[in-house]
Parts: sequence; structure tokens; C-alpha cells
Amino acid sequence: MANKIRVATTSLAGCFGCHMSFLDIDERMLQLAEAVEFDRSPITDIEHCTNCDIGLIEGGVCNSENVHVLREFRKNCKTLVAVGACAINGGLPAMRNFIPLEECLTEAYLDGIGVENPQIPSDPELPLLLDKVRPIHEIVKIDYFLPGCPPSADVFWKFLTDLLEGREPSLPYELVHYD
Amino acid sequence: MSKTFTLDGKPIPFEDGQTIMQAATAAGVYIPHLCHHPEFTPHGSCKLCNVNVNGRNCSACTFPATEGQDVLSETTEINQDRQKITQMLFVEGNHFCPSCEKSGNCQLQGVAYHLNMLDNHFPHFYAERKMDASHPDVMIDHNRCIFCTLCVRASQQADSKDVFAISGRGINKHLIVNSESGQLKDSDIDAGDRAAHICPTGAILIKRTGYTVPIGQRIYDHKQIDQVSLETEHESHG
Amino acid sequence: MESFIQNLVETHSRRPTRLLAILRAVQARYFHIPNQAIRLLSKELNIPTTRIIGVIEFYSFLHLTPRGRYDILISDSITDHMLGKHNLMDYLSNKLSVSPGSVREDGLVSLDNTSCTGMCDQGPAGLINGHAITRLDRPRIDAIAQLIDEQMAVEDWPKEFFEVGDNIYQSDLLLSSRLTAGQGLQSTFARGLKETLSEIDHSGLRGRGGAGFKTAMKWRFCAEESEQERYVVCNADEGEPGTFKDRVLLNSYADQVFEGMTICAALIGAKQGFLYLRGEYLHLYHKLENVLEQRRQSGLLGNNILGKDMNFDIEICLGAGAYICGEESALIESLEGKCGIPRNRPPYPVSQGYLNKPTVVNNVETFVATANIALHGGAWFAAKGTEKSQGTKILSISGDCLRPGIYEYPFGVTIRQILADCGAHDVLGVQIGGPSGTFISNQELDRILGFEDLATGGSFIVFNSTRNILDIVRNFTDFFAHESCGFCTPCRVGTSLLKKQLDKIVDGHGSAGDVVALEELTRLVKNHSHCGLGQTAANPIIHTLERYPDLYQSQLKKISYEPGFDLNASLETARRMANRNDAGAHLAQVEE
Repeated sequence: MANKIRVATTSLAGCFGCHMSFLDIDERMLQLAEAVEFDRSPITDIEHCTNCDIGLIEGGVCNSENVHVLREFRKNCKTLVAVGACAINGGLPAMRNFIPLEECLTEAYLDGIGVENPQIPSDPELPLLLDKVRPIHEIVKIDYFLPGCPPSADVFWKFLTDLLEGREPSLPYELVHYD
Repeated sequence: MSKTFTLDGKPIPFEDGQTIMQAATAAGVYIPHLCHHPEFTPHGSCKLCNVNVNGRNCSACTFPATEGQDVLSETTEINQDRQKITQMLFVEGNHFCPSCEKSGNCQLQGVAYHLNMLDNHFPHFYAERKMDASHPDVMIDHNRCIFCTLCVRASQQADSKDVFAISGRGINKHLIVNSESGQLKDSDIDAGDRAAHICPTGAILIKRTGYTVPIGQRIYDHKQIDQVSLETEHESHG
Repeated sequence: MESFIQNLVETHSRRPTRLLAILRAVQARYFHIPNQAIRLLSKELNIPTTRIIGVIEFYSFLHLTPRGRYDILISDSITDHMLGKHNLMDYLSNKLSVSPGSVREDGLVSLDNTSCTGMCDQGPAGLINGHAITRLDRPRIDAIAQLIDEQMAVEDWPKEFFEVGDNIYQSDLLLSSRLTAGQGLQSTFARGLKETLSEIDHSGLRGRGGAGFKTAMKWRFCAEESEQERYVVCNADEGEPGTFKDRVLLNSYADQVFEGMTICAALIGAKQGFLYLRGEYLHLYHKLENVLEQRRQSGLLGNNILGKDMNFDIEICLGAGAYICGEESALIESLEGKCGIPRNRPPYPVSQGYLNKPTVVNNVETFVATANIALHGGAWFAAKGTEKSQGTKILSISGDCLRPGIYEYPFGVTIRQILADCGAHDVLGVQIGGPSGTFISNQELDRILGFEDLATGGSFIVFNSTRNILDIVRNFTDFFAHESCGFCTPCRVGTSLLKKQLDKIVDGHGSAGDVVALEELTRLVKNHSHCGLGQTAANPIIHTLERYPDLYQSQLKKISYEPGFDLNASLETARRMANRNDAGAHLAQVEE
């Protein structure tokens, strides 16, 4: 058991769709579990990752907490992987980049339709929003990219088995898609 | 004996006046391209079709074929550079495939798939670009424009109109519309125009036609762009 | 406005090829090109509005929104920076209460940067309503501010503000030539046209714009074209930062320039010539028009030149702020009233140039040389220089030296000799041929000028050891990103990416892989761009990376990666709106 590959996963500004797709590897998960153990991940409830081999990041970076989590992963994962469209180019959350943040916050919390008790949330517990949603490669160094919205279960399987079996990961044409 | 040049070591016959692209396509060899379309005057701007001719980089779509040329196209280095040029187009605009009606049928995406592009590599420009949904049938999403000028050429050469032009300089280039208001609704465009259908990306779209083809059956879901391109363009060049 | 536009269009014979000149006139009158003017022009010239808007948005000196009635542009050349441009710009901006890049609220004055105005030996320089202004300093700025406050017409400002000196320090074959109007042409006819082309061939003259194509060969190719309608174009779009020798030639040797063009016309059989004068040299326009008029009256232009069966005339066309128009096919597009976008080649201009007719495009200095070769013969010219680079070259010297100005040398001269002559001390390096040329360090001063070693269009900028190489490279890299025409992907996107990546490194946000990423970009932009601009845009980075690799490496942090943007600043809007300033409301640029 000691030489199992440790994998951590997280979702930043994402929808957990990539995680759901990962789970779609279905019964192959059992096969994977023989070689892999999960560190920080929604699957385990471990809060902080430590000394991992692989970190899978879903979602782009939209707020300060995303930056902290991403940095924790970079620090603790030998191989860091951008998973899905949002991690790679900001994805759908990045479509707010067309609207200045000031307008977004004003609309949502101050003068939008149906806003009661208008105020910008200011609790120090809340992460602040970045002015733009960014792909994760603009914040930390990324080793591999798995495109797709979400990447299919086969993409996860192909990538992880390549890595586990010591091959340079590669995706055939059928597995490369951006949607 | 017809004249020939070699493309990646293979002899390609050509006739005088043909470009490298025309001769290669006619011979069933694909060279990646975005701004080129066999029906319209070659433009030579996207630079995806750059090939090495006797040691010098040239655009295959505009460079004339000549006897004995030694042309390299499918080398690892050239394809890596093509991938980088494609990535430049992706970071210059705002290309969010999951929310684009053209996804699956988009040539920019198709070329990127073909080149096994997995990320955008460069820092994004976060360009502030607008949409023009003023016309009842045709819309422009400037976020996806790659300045290939196919709509400009199609409007002039196929539709005998002059609906589009590229304005501005350098990184500030943008597509403009020939109408008093600058909006598509006041232009001569018609949903049946060639110019409304020629866009290789999702920048010019026909309204109410999106997502009609299910995922898995779209153009580039299973067929690579080289195959699609040769099937559709071979005839015009042949 | 309607009658103004109609008259203007009539003056230009309703020719769409004159669009640039027409738009310059509209801009001068209305301080922008109003929408109504665009629509009127579209109707009168029978061209789509999109073509007019495209041209306006392409050229820096044309605007869709109003500029101030006093429109001030300050030259952003590295030489202007070395002469204190930055401080002066701040001073001017304060004095006039207008920030660079904007128009003052009352609409009276606007201020902006502009690419090198070709006054590097007498900067800091600028343009006021298109007129060159030199030797800017605080007293002069005070005076300018007062004149603007008084709303004095620019025409009535003190003449010395607009004085432009020749500053010729060293003359050789060309600059010491006393060729008088008509002499070269008379010799040409006396010797015979074919024989004169042979003399030019024997002179070994190669184009003086920098590319160095053999002049006689170009002219012969053009003459051999079956199409009979042919053109001669003089490229006076001297936009390479640090170059100003064409300005001096046009100021004091204009007859020789036109003589060279006329000889070319005789040899290739052209009836029409154009002098494409960069917009920044507006101050030369009337003077040059007068020279042309004198030549017409002396029978050197017009019908039956020198009583021979030769008709030829020359028209001056002004540019409107676009470096790319120095590229010959872009220049031809601009002459045709279009955006200056380089054409696909082949076909080359000698077979399909202006209006797709055979066209010779040569540099100002090349025409001066041919006029003199026609008079003195090829051997006279070939006696100077080296085996591969015959004749002399005129240099524009600026930067850290005691005597910036114009110097003419036989090819083969060492850089060390030139530096001694212009009074340069404590030299760090020299930019030869401008930003698109070659940067050499002080370890290479025995290299020579010539096509076999350091080819040059004439720009020669000296830097002493107080200068920061990365500041220089950044200025040049910004220049190319600003001047890229945007036609092809590698240059349009690549030059802006180069700028971003260089800024990241120079601003201290670079880490381990960032120099490699910069090198990768330089290779892409150089190898895949459509024209010379893109192919040379990365030269400043490439040349200094080769010579000072440690300088770049020392900018990098010893971490694996740092964002290329200011992380903490990107929280500023949210911080302000949430009214927070606690520790959690900030982000360090790199992880502690």
C-alpha cells in the first residue's frame, strides 16, 4: 500500500462537472483504487493536501481563495493538471470578464431587480473576487492539460493510466474536444 | 510529363499558376489553413499554412508552385509552430467553445484538434469585444473573429456586395459593417448570402440554427479537419 | 461641409487613390473625420464607407473622434527618451492640464505619443498640428503653453520652434556633390539610356533602404515587363527610429532626388512618379513642391523633357503615420489610397506595383546616388567602398555622442572610426540600422558597415554605459507592437505577446521558464511573419539575449512561476466595494 500514487483533486471556479465526469469511469474506479489513493478531494473530505503525486484542478481562478488553494496544490503536488475548459481558459465563469466587476457587484448586490437590503458583502471570511476570471496557468505552472467541458471519463482514464504506467500522457483525436 | 515539386518527399504535380496549396489539395494532401478557401482570392494572413520552401517559410496558399521546389509541411517543428499560431488566435479573442453554437463545426477548433492543441499556452488578452445581434437572421460575435477576411471576400466576390471590412491596425483590428449605423441590421446582408455562412469560427452565425446537430454527429466530432477539408475542397482545386 | 468635401474631391479629380490626401485635409479642417464627411466621401468617390473607416483607423494621424485644435504629439523614439522626453512629457502634460492620450475637456488641446519623428539629432521633438517641432525644453514648453492659452494660430508661432537643421558633419561622394539640376539627366541622354543603366550596374549600387537589392537589376526587370504603363516611386517614408538622413537629402538635395527619379523614368519608360513622403515631414512639403515647379519650368519635368521625346512628372503623396508604409508593397497600397498592408509576393512591385503596373520603388538616397552615377559614371562610385558593398552610405547618427547628425562614409568603415568621428565615449553598444537592424556591444566595434557585415538603412544610435539595455529593448519592442499592421497572426498577436512577456521579465515578475518562453516567441514571430516588420520585430530581444544572457536571467526570481499580472491589484475593485483592508483582502504576488 505504501507505494500507491497519491492524487488530490479540487474544483475552483468550476461546477464539479469535471469531477462528475471523473466518476463516470465507473467500475474502472475499483481498478484505479488499487494503484491510487486520494488525498484532498471532495471524495475524501481531507482539508489540505500533503505530498501528492498528482493534483487535478477543475475550474479557473475567480477569487482570492482559489489562488490560495491553487498554490497549496502547486506546492504539494509533483504533477499539476488543469482539468477542463474552465481551468484551461476560464471557461463559462470567465464570460463575466466582458462586464466590469464593479457592474457585476452593483447589479448583484446593490441595484439589481429584487435586491433587498442592498450592500456589498464584506465579511472577512468571504474571499474577494478578482477583477477577471483567469485560467490557472496564469497563476501557477501547470504540467498537463485535459481539455473538455467536461473531459470525458475516458480522458481521465487514459491520462491516469498513461501516468501510472510510466508513459508520457497523450490524448488521441477522439478524446480531444473543447466542449 | 507534368511539372512536379516535392512535398515532404512526395512528388506533387502542378500546373503553371497553381499555388502550393492548390496543387497539394488537388493531389490529396492537406495543409492546415483557416483564411484560405478555394473559391476566393487567397489572403495569406493566418499563416497556418506556412510551409518551408527550399529553406524559407512561405504561405502555401499564396506561394506559386515551381518545378523542383522542396517543400516541407508535416514536420514536427512546423506543426508545433502551427499549434502556437493557433494558440495565438485563441488568446487574442475570447473563444469559449462550450457556449458557442459553432462548436463541433468550427474550423478554428477543428484545426486545433488536428494539431493536438490541449491548452492556450499564452496569456489571454481579455479583449473587450461586442456582439451585433441587431439583424433578424444573422449575428456577429466579435469575440470569435480571427480576421481571416473570408466574409469580406465572400461578400465582394460571391455576393457582389461589400458588407464587411477589417478596420484598425495591429492588435486593435476589428470587423466593421458597411451600413450607416455600423450595425448589421442596416447593411445589405441577407441570411442567404455566402458571406453569412463562410465564417470558419462562430463569429458570424445564422440565428435559430444553433445546436441542431447533436454532439457526436457534428463535423469534427469524429472526422479530422484534414479529411473534411480534402473532401470539400479537393474538387475546387482538382 | 458638403461644399468643402465636394471641392476637395474635385481638387483630387475624384480619384479614390487620393483618399489619404483627402482625409488628411478633412482631418486638418475638422480635427477629425466626421461621420458626415465619411458618408459624403463614400458617395462622391463611390467607395464603401467601410473602406474609408478602415483607412482612418489604420493611420495614426487620422481620427474618428475630435482631437484638440492644438494637437500635440511627442516623439517616443529611444533618442527622445535619452534626451529627457519622459520628464518633458510630464511637464507639458501638467502645464496644459491634459494627460497623454487624451483631449482636454474644452477641446482646445490634445496630447499623445507618436513614433520617432526623425529629429533624433535635435530632440526631444514632436509635432504640433502635423508640423515638426524640435529641441523641446522647459522654456520652450512654457512658451508653447502660453501661445495655446492665447489661442495663437500655429502659423504665427515663432519660427525658431520649427527650425530643423541639417547637421551634416561628414561628407563624401554624395553629400559633397555639386550636381546642378539637369546635369545627370543631360549626361544620361548624352551617354544613351542603355549605357547609363550599364553605368549604374557597374557602380554596384544596391538599394539604400536597407534590403540592398541591386538597383540596376531592379530597373532592368521593370523595363523588361511587357506592360507599358510603368511607375517610379521614391520611398521617403523614413520611419525607422533613429533615421533622418532622407529628411536632410530632401531638404538640401531635393533636385538630386528628383533627378534620380527622372533618370529612372527615362530608363524604365515611366510617365508618372511619386514621392511618398512620411506625414512627419509635412514641413518639407511646400519646399519640395517648389522644387518640382522649378524643374517643370526648366524643362526637367513635364512634356518633352530636355526637348526629348519623354514625358514625366512627379507627385508628392503624404503618409499619415504608419511605419509599415516603408515596406514597398505597403507603400504602394497606401499610394492607392488604402491601408498600408504589405502584399503577398510574388508578384513583386517591378512586375505588379502601383495599380498593378510595373513599378520601381527605391529609397531617397538610392535616387541621389543614381543621379550622381549618371553624371560621373559607375567607376566613380565603385571606387569607394568594399568589393561586396560599393560606394558610400549616409548615416543618421544620434544618441550618446557629441555631434549627432549626418555622416557619409565609404562602406567598409569600422564602427570604431564612426564613433570616434561623432564624439562618442564610454560606449555600451550601438543600434545599427534601427530597431529592425542589429544591436552590437562594445566588444564588436571593429565590425564594418557593409552588406557583408552590418547592413543598414542608415540609423545609428549610440548608447553609453549609463543606459539600461532592457529599457532600450522595451522601447523598441513597444514600437513594433504599435506599428504592426495586424495582417498576419504571428506579427499581430506575436508582437503584443513579446511586449507582454518582456514587460513581465523587466518588471521583475519573471521566473524560471520565462526567458525560454520569450525566446520561443521571438522565433515564432521572426520565422512566420508575413513581412520584414514581423520578421525583424524580435531582433532587439534576440540580439541582446545573445549578448547579455545574464542580464535577462538576473531579472528572474528563483521560483518556478510568477503570474504575469499584478495579483493584488486585481482584487482592488472588490476590496474598495466591500470596504475591506484586512489581511485576507490582499494577495502576495508569489507564495510566501
